[in-house]
Parts: sequence; C-alpha cells; structure tokens
Amino acid sequence: MSQIFHHSTNTLARVTIFGGVFILGFVSWALAELDTSAYATRATQAREQPVPFSHAHHAGGLGLDCRYCHTTVETSGFANIPPTKTCMNCHSEIWSTSPMLEPVRASFRTNTSINWVRVHDLPDFVYFNHSIHISKGVGCETCHGRVDRMPLTWQDASLRMQWCLNCHRHPDRYVRPREDVTMMGYEPAGDQEQIGRQLVKQYHIQDARALTSCSTCHR
Amino acid sequence: MSDLRKKLDLAAVRARLEGARGREYWRSLDDLASTEEFQDLLEREFPRQAIGWSEDENSVDGRRNFLKLMGASLALAGLTACTKQPVEHIMPYVRQPEELIPGKPLFFATATTLNGVASGVLAESHEGRPTKIEGNPEHPGTLGACDPFSQASVLQLYDPDRAQVLTYEGEVRSWAAFLAELRNIVVRQRLKNGAGIRILTETVTSPTLAAQLHAVQQALPAAKWHQWEPAGPHSARTSAMQAFGQPVHTRYNFLNANVVVSLDSDFLASGAGYLRYAREFSARRRVRTDQTTMNRLYAVEPMPTATGTKADHRLPLRAGDVEEFARALAAGVGATNGPQSGQNGDIYKWIGPISRDLLANKGASLVIAGECQPPIVHTLAHAMNAALGNVGKTVIYSDPVEAKPVDQVASLQDLVNDLDAGAVDVLLILGGNPVFTAPVELGMRDRIQKARLRIRLGLYEDETSEVCQWHLPEAHYLETWSDGRAYDGTITLMQPLIEPLYGGRSVLEIVTMMTDLPQTGAYETIRSYWASQHTGGDFEGWWRRAVHDGLVADTALPAKTVAVRGDALAPAAQAPQAGGSLEVVFRPDPTIYDGRFANNGWLQELPKPVSKLTWDNAAIIGPGTAHSLNVDTGDMLEVSYQGHSLRAPVWIQPGHVNGSVTMHLGYGRTRSGRAGDGMGFNPYGLRTAKALWHDTGLEVRKTSGSYLFATTQNEHALDTRRHIIRQGTLNEYLKNPESVHEGAEVPPRTLTLYPEFKYEGYAWGMAIDLNACTGCGACVVACQAENNIAVVGKDQVRRSRAMHWLRVDAYYSGDPDNPAIYNQPVPCQQCEDAPCELVCPVQATSHSSEGLNDMVYNRCVGTRYCSNNCPYKVRRFNFYLFSDYETPSLKLLHNPDVTVRSRGVMEKCTYCVQRINYAKIESEKENRKVREGEIQTACQATCPTEAIVFGNLNDPNSRASRMKAEKLNYALLADLNTRPRTTYLASLRNPNPEIEA
Repeated sequence: MSQIFHHSTNTLARVTIFGGVFILGFVSWALAELDTSAYATRATQAREQPVPFSHAHHAGGLGLDCRYCHTTVETSGFANIPPTKTCMNCHSEIWSTSPMLEPVRASFRTNTSINWVRVHDLPDFVYFNHSIHISKGVGCETCHGRVDRMPLTWQDASLRMQWCLNCHRHPDRYVRPREDVTMMGYEPAGDQEQIGRQLVKQYHIQDARALTSCSTCHR
Repeated sequence: MSDLRKKLDLAAVRARLEGARGREYWRSLDDLASTEEFQDLLEREFPRQAIGWSEDENSVDGRRNFLKLMGASLALAGLTACTKQPVEHIMPYVRQPEELIPGKPLFFATATTLNGVASGVLAESHEGRPTKIEGNPEHPGTLGACDPFSQASVLQLYDPDRAQVLTYEGEVRSWAAFLAELRNIVVRQRLKNGAGIRILTETVTSPTLAAQLHAVQQALPAAKWHQWEPAGPHSARTSAMQAFGQPVHTRYNFLNANVVVSLDSDFLASGAGYLRYAREFSARRRVRTDQTTMNRLYAVEPMPTATGTKADHRLPLRAGDVEEFARALAAGVGATNGPQSGQNGDIYKWIGPISRDLLANKGASLVIAGECQPPIVHTLAHAMNAALGNVGKTVIYSDPVEAKPVDQVASLQDLVNDLDAGAVDVLLILGGNPVFTAPVELGMRDRIQKARLRIRLGLYEDETSEVCQWHLPEAHYLETWSDGRAYDGTITLMQPLIEPLYGGRSVLEIVTMMTDLPQTGAYETIRSYWASQHTGGDFEGWWRRAVHDGLVADTALPAKTVAVRGDALAPAAQAPQAGGSLEVVFRPDPTIYDGRFANNGWLQELPKPVSKLTWDNAAIIGPGTAHSLNVDTGDMLEVSYQGHSLRAPVWIQPGHVNGSVTMHLGYGRTRSGRAGDGMGFNPYGLRTAKALWHDTGLEVRKTSGSYLFATTQNEHALDTRRHIIRQGTLNEYLKNPESVHEGAEVPPRTLTLYPEFKYEGYAWGMAIDLNACTGCGACVVACQAENNIAVVGKDQVRRSRAMHWLRVDAYYSGDPDNPAIYNQPVPCQQCEDAPCELVCPVQATSHSSEGLNDMVYNRCVGTRYCSNNCPYKVRRFNFYLFSDYETPSLKLLHNPDVTVRSRGVMEKCTYCVQRINYAKIESEKENRKVREGEIQTACQATCPTEAIVFGNLNDPNSRASRMKAEKLNYALLADLNTRPRTTYLASLRNPNPEIEA
C-alpha cells in the first residue's frame, strides 16, 4: 500500500506540534503586551479638552500649588476638578478677552459646567481615595508624573492593578515627607529606602497584607 | 415552595412532636412534615436550578444548551477584557456650593410621615442626590433607628412610575393653567362662602398645614375639610372621646414596665412611635452578666406578629374575642366588675396569673390595646392602667398629636352624603387613595364622580386619579419643605434634599394656592408660620437650629390628667358567643402598609415578618381551620362577607388562631405601577365601615385552582437539629448560664488544617442578640439600600434567587397551633476558616487582613463553588442582570461607594466594608485608631432594638467583644469549626411560673 501522506508532511507535523506551543505562546505574549501597552491604557496620550488647559503653564510656569484648584485632595477621596469660579478668579482680570477662554466665560455666564474629558479613569469597581494617599506621603508626582511639564494633560502611569500593587507591596520605595507631596521633581535627601522605611513607620502605613487585601480597593 | 408540598397530615405531625425528646425546632410546616422537597431544600444551595433557565425546557435540551452556551461564553470571555474603557467626562460645578466636598456625603435632618405622625430621619446626600435614609439619633420618635418604610422611601423618590406630569382629563397642562383654574374656582365659590368645596386629606399633624387649612376655612367658611386614613388609629380616637370626653393621645414608656400585656397590639413593629417602644422594650429585656432582670410580655392576638414572637406567653385568640379577654382581665385587676369565666375556656385560662402578675407590679406594668381593636378594648386598657397606677409612669396622656382629630369614618360618610346630595362642586383629594381604600359599601369610585370637578394630588396616577379630571404630581417628602409632629407631639421639621424631579408640589403648596396669602413656596410658608409662633428673640438662630436638628427640642406635648368616665365601661351588649361562624380579620400589610407602598420593589420583596411571604397577601388561617376546611396552602378559596366576595389563596400559618381568616390590606392594586399591579388580591373589597378590622360572618368555599406563593421561609434552610436556635428561660439561665448550649458541640480550636491568621490591627466582628431581635425586617431593607442590592421579582424569589444579603429566618418550636417563634437574622458569618475561600478557582473571595471574607466582584467568574460550599447559605448569585443599568432615575439611587453588580457574579454581605474603609481612612488621616461605635453597619444603624452590634474584636472593651464574652454567646453550626466572626446571643424568655407549671 502506498503512503497516504507525502514524506514532507513529517516536517509539517513537527512544525505544528512544536510551533503550536511557540505560536500560542507568542500570541499570548502579544496580547498581554497589547493589553498593557499605552494603546490600551491610553497612558502618555495627551487628551483633547474643551479648553486647552496647560498644567505646564499654571503649575510649572506660574508655580500654582496643586491644591489651589484641587481643593479637596486632602479631605476627600475625589480630588475635585475646580469649579468655573476658580478659573474666573484670575481670568476675569487676565486674558479676560482671550478667545481660547471663551468656553470658560460661557460656562460662567450660562451656569453650565465645562465638559472636561476625564484623563485618569479607574474602572468603576476600584475605589481609590486621594486623601489617604496624600496623608501617607504619596506625592502627586508619584502617580501623575511631571504634571508641571504637561502642556495638555496625559495619564503618566498605566493605572493597571499591577502598577498599584508595586507601591502597595513596597510603600517604602515611593513615599516622601508629607510637606513635599505636591512638589514636582522631588529628590529624596538621601537613600530612598532608608527614608522610606522610616516614613512608613512614622506615618503608620499599614503592612503589605493589609494594603493588598482585596477590600482595600474593591468593594 | 409550597407549590411542591404534599398535603399536610396534622395528626402525624402532632404525633411526631409528642414523640420528640427535648427541644425541637422547625422552619415550616413542610419541615415538620419532613417532606422530600424540604429535604431537597435543606441539602442543596440552589435547588432545582442546575439545569435550564425556563420552565418549558426539558432537562436534556436544557443541559445541551447549557454546555453549548458555556463553551461559547468561555471562548468569548477572554475577549471582553480587550475592550478599551469608554471616554468619560467630568462636569465640575460652576460655583461650588459651600460645605459640599465632592466624594463626601452630607446628611440632612428631615422626617417621614405615616398616618401623619413624623419620624425623624437623616438623609444621606451624594452631590445632591439622596441615596440612603438613617434614623435621626436626636429625634425622640426614632432614636437613630429607622423603619422599613422610611428606608425604602428613597426608592419611591426615584420610582420611574411616579406621576411625572400635570394632566387635565389626560392632557398635559402647566401649573400656571391649574393655578388659574383654582383661583377661578375660589373666586366663584366665594359668592356662596365656599359651600361647594370639599378637601379630603390624609391625617394631618403638620401645624403649618393645619393653619393654612384654617385660613382656607376662614375665607370660605362653608367649605369642608375631611380626613381619611384607611389604617389609622380610628379606635383609639373614638375610645378617647368615649372614655375621657375629649380627644386625648396616649403614649407609652416601656422603660418603666416590668409586665406588659398586649391586647392584639403590634407595638414592636407598627404604629406611631414603635421604633422608640421597641428600643425601650428591648432595653428591659437584655440579659447580660450585669443585668439579670427581664420584663415579661403577654400577647393576645389572632395572627402572629413581630410582637407575638417576643411574647413570653402568647395566646392566640380571635380578634373578636380579645374584648372578652380584656373585660375579664379588667375585672381581674379590679378595674371593673365582671365575670372572670365564660364559655370559651381559652380566653380565661391565664386571666388569674396575668392579673396577679399585673397587680404585683402596680405602677410598673402596662396594658396596651392594639390599633385594630375596637374602642371598648382601648377604654378597658385605659381603665386597667388607671387601676394599676400606671398612668404617668408607663402610660402618658396628652393633647392629641393630630391637628384636628375627627372620627374619620364619620368624616368620610359626611363627604359621601354631600356627594349624594349633589352639594359638591369641587373635590380636592390631597394625597391618599380613597377610591382604593374607602369602605366598600361607600362605592367611592362612583360616588366621587358626583363631584363636578375632581382635583387629585398624588405621587402616582392611581385608582383615584383615574376618576379625577385634574391630576397633580405630588412632591415627595425628600423634595419639599414640611413639618409635622412626632408620636409624642415633638415638632419635627422636614427639609428637601433635591429639587422636585417632576415639578411636583406638596399638599401645603396646593392649600396655600387656595388662600390669598403670598404664593412664595413651601419654605417661606413654613418659615413664616414658625416665625409667627416663635416667642423670644433671635428667631433666625432658633430656626437654623430647628432645621439643622430636624426638630424643635422639648416640644413634646405635656402630660395631662384625665380620668375614665364611669359610663364608658358599659358591660357587653350581648353575652359573648363562643365559636360561631368564621371571623374575617383585616390588617395593614407589614411591608406595603395600606397599599401606598405597593409599587416599591424593596418593600414588596421584603419577606413579611413571621410568614416570610413576598409579593403577595393571602387568606391566612391556622392549621386547625385548614384541617376543618380541608384546604392546604395554595388552595383557592372564595370568601364572602356581607354580600361581597372575592377569591383568595390560602396560607396556613402556624400560630394563627383557628376560626379566623386574616387578610392583609394593600394588595390587588390595579393602577399602582409596574411593580405593584396585579399582585395579590384586594381585601378592601370586603371591608365595610362597620367592620374596619374584624367581624364574624365570613363564609368560605374551596374553589378550583391553586396559587403559587413566593416565600423565603424554606429557602436557605439550615438543619435545625444542629442547635441553630439556642434558647432557654431566665430561671434556667440564672441557675446555669451555659444551659442554653446543652448538647451542642464545639470542636477544639486546634482541630483545623487551616493556618492560623494573625490580626494585628483590627479584627471586625458582629454579635446579634436574638433576645432583642423582633424580626421586623428593617435591617434587610437598610442593607438593600446601602449595598445596591437588586430586586428580582416574584418569579425569581420562588426560585430561591432573592438577592438579600441579610435574611431573617423564623423558627418554630412546639404545637403548630401556638408555637414559640424565634427570629434569627443571618448575614455572612465572615468565618475565620471560611469554606468559601478555599474553593474559589480565581481567588475572587479571599481573607482580608482584618478577618473579612472579601468578595471581589470584578474577579468573580460565577462558578458558584463558594456558594455551594457555604454551610450558612448566605451567598447570592446574579442569575440574570438583576441590577437596573438603564432607567435614568434609578441610576441616581445607587450608593456610589458600592459596585453595582452585573449578571454572573456572586455577592454577599461585606460587613459594609465601604463604611469600614471610610472610617479607617478618616481615622488614619487624624493619626488615631477607629473609635468604638464609629463604624455602624447599615443593619446595625437601622435596628430599632439594637440587636446587631458590630465592632473591633481586638479591643476587649468594644461592645461586640463584650457581647461575645457573654455566656449566651454561640456560633451557628459551631460543630463545623468555621469559627464565624458573626455570633449570636441565645434567646431567653421569662415565663410566668404560674402558667409554665
């Protein structure tokens, strides 16, 4: 009886058996990479806003403190987006006729909110609280990056759970003195690990087991 | 589940109970009869639902479909993770309101009213939307507790079925058009002094509204104001007039009462001031190492109520026999002269011991008559309390709380006479639903149409709106300013939390429209009224304080001295007859009341105390009556009374008196909305003005057909042989505090394969005092509101899919005709060695560092292994998309601090972890530990009797720790060694030794 399959199918079989593993592996790796990529997380992509607000100008250039606008960051889970009134504190006097600021003035006139695009958008099942992070010495910069260099705001970190856990497992690698939380371009005044360990103690930061309990962030 | 039940063999059941040794508990008659179906329910977490999802599917097809779909969804499951999050927007304020911090809730004092009586509450507001109601701790009527109706009122606010537009004969009109019409009417009516105007309201306690109505009556002296409340305290009002010759309000002080006799009064779960009464009553009932006395409660009632379940001695009597009992007891304590024996021995068997007990506690006893008992029973109670020297100590009389107490039946009859005479040009029906609730012989639907113009203000376009030309949308209490009086007369202010969603107006605003007073809105009306009443300086400061507190302190009505007139206690007109025909008993429904809450899914799905029925009422009968009528639960009866008849399904309730049929009012609505329409049957169809609450002469006939109830009583059943309920008597406890645990096994702590957890910070735990729990169900609704728990509907409840994280189980022991009844709230037990955690393949449920069994919804893939492995059956699975993601108004309802769960996700009690985290974060920002009492779980905060206590077990001085250190403390299914964080204090009773022996 003659052979049904040609001799070359042996190679094909080998390639599929071994290659299958590699191809599957590759596809999984590629999907995982895609999932964590800036494409999926939108990290580092500047967002179009109704008013091209520049943190670089306000925070970097003029040196406004973060808390001038984000007033509730120390007291509430939500670091509030400033009401139009806050913009108008200055812009009723300066650049008061600039066409770029017309949406702000219109908002103030007509009493309708400015429709900002949300840049840092955690999933709805994640309950992040700004105030406790500030109080424990996590700098704005640690998560938001060099906002003072962002002409249009983008999300600096991936905001993926893995990224959160980096700090929740080892807070000592990231915390800084409370008085420096809003400082941009903070450099530790010595060995971060040593300072961090001391701050973790001083600020009574919970241990990793508590910080990585599911209900710390999910409920 | 009763649909599956085989016929109950009462004789066999009795024989079994007699043969049983020791204490035996049962969940239901099915349990008692040991039906196979009950065994199935006991052994399986989700009975009858492994295969298929609709009834018409046969099992083979169902399984094939299931596998096919499972495969497909598994393949697709991975892909869903690849979607990008949609772009979201942030809309900040233009001018941020003062004191509002986005992300932090604000609480405002306001009040709910029922029968006019105000209960002070605190409403939680998230950026302007009310999401949750708590009790106002400073309010004398609530003391921080909250009833199920108030809890569910936020759902009513956002109910998409609420009336949303103002209509005239079905056409949309503007408020301006209505106002013009109303002014026109008033001007024309002024020519005849308003003789053609009739105003029909519910009971009014609001001083401002009363003043406005008074102003209308001054401008239009011939106009009449009627009041009608179907489930109001009609008898108490009539009795006060008969006994004291003047309107008098009665309130009680249970703190001073050692012995309480309830004459068919459900004072622990209904009626004005019940939250306070329950708190006071349970305070005298708590047995601890340092408190070893207990009050004693005798209850006489036809249908087991929450109060009846707490009684040390409960006597099931027909509602009509309570009068005879009261007369005998009055004679027994020397209040009247009368016979102390009669034909019906049941009535008299405890008179001697009870009267001796009362006489031994002169000045520290209390006889309380139920609102559904006739005036004479109230008068007898007044006489007994006077004879026992209780007045001023446990009973306090005062001027009426109501603005204008009238005999409401007569008031309604008066209106009907005027309607018949054609004297009514304009009828304003402000609130209420008289077409549905008026006595049947008045034929209100047709009668109302004799008024030439009918104007209706209501939350819903209901049965009454149907026959009115004008329908005006009413403002919900969370949308408007108002005031009222609490159960003790304390002036209570209500403030709005939100602009009217549908432009509704309140009763006060409509009445003000009829006057020449400036039309400045409810706020100005209320404020200027109180400014005119205020004496002394600084009105602004006084007003701000009152609005902030929600009440004006020290305005409870002063006690007043009244004496029962001798002629009020005439002997019974006719000798009481024993037996005779069946008795019909009407009662307001425990969850939807007189029908006003019929469209509230939370209240419909809340299992009713004792019977655990949901979404339905029934013709409730005792086991003996069922036997003699030869009917079973689910059979259909045709019941007729005084020429009216209707069809009603039978429900056999252990403990219900024989010879009576209890029907709960409020069901059978035809125009309530999507949730309430067509549920149950309408007993108002039998209810006459002569017999508002009970009468003999009911005829029943078994008819064809059967009915499927949705009851949770058999769901999530635990094996009662395993010491689920532990109880004893006070004397047994005093002799041996551990006697309640007799026979129960607790394995040694070391007998486990689990690693020992260490809790360095907090260790959260809960203790539930079964002695205090009345089974009222307020905790269940509070949990539902706090945790965004979905409503599933009657069909799904029947399939054991109700989503309540907290259930209140009822257990019975003893004779089915008069069993002892125990209530047991069961939330997640938060086991130390939790069986659920081990079996989750994706670690969606895991142990937290503080001992919680965390449930992570976004991780859950819905294997249901955890639920299958949970011995307490406290996990709930979203078989469908039960949460409403679509209806715009319901989106406002959700608690933003809790995830809204989707289909295919397991959920369960988390000890309100959002509240724990909130308190922890606030404390850590202040560099301190969480204080004792700072965290209250939703169920704990609302509990009228403080039965539920939550706290840090690492602190030996926390209330929870101290309760757990009590000898009465025990864990459910302790033999499994799961070491639950939730434990129970055994229930104690304090029986009268004379009766017990």
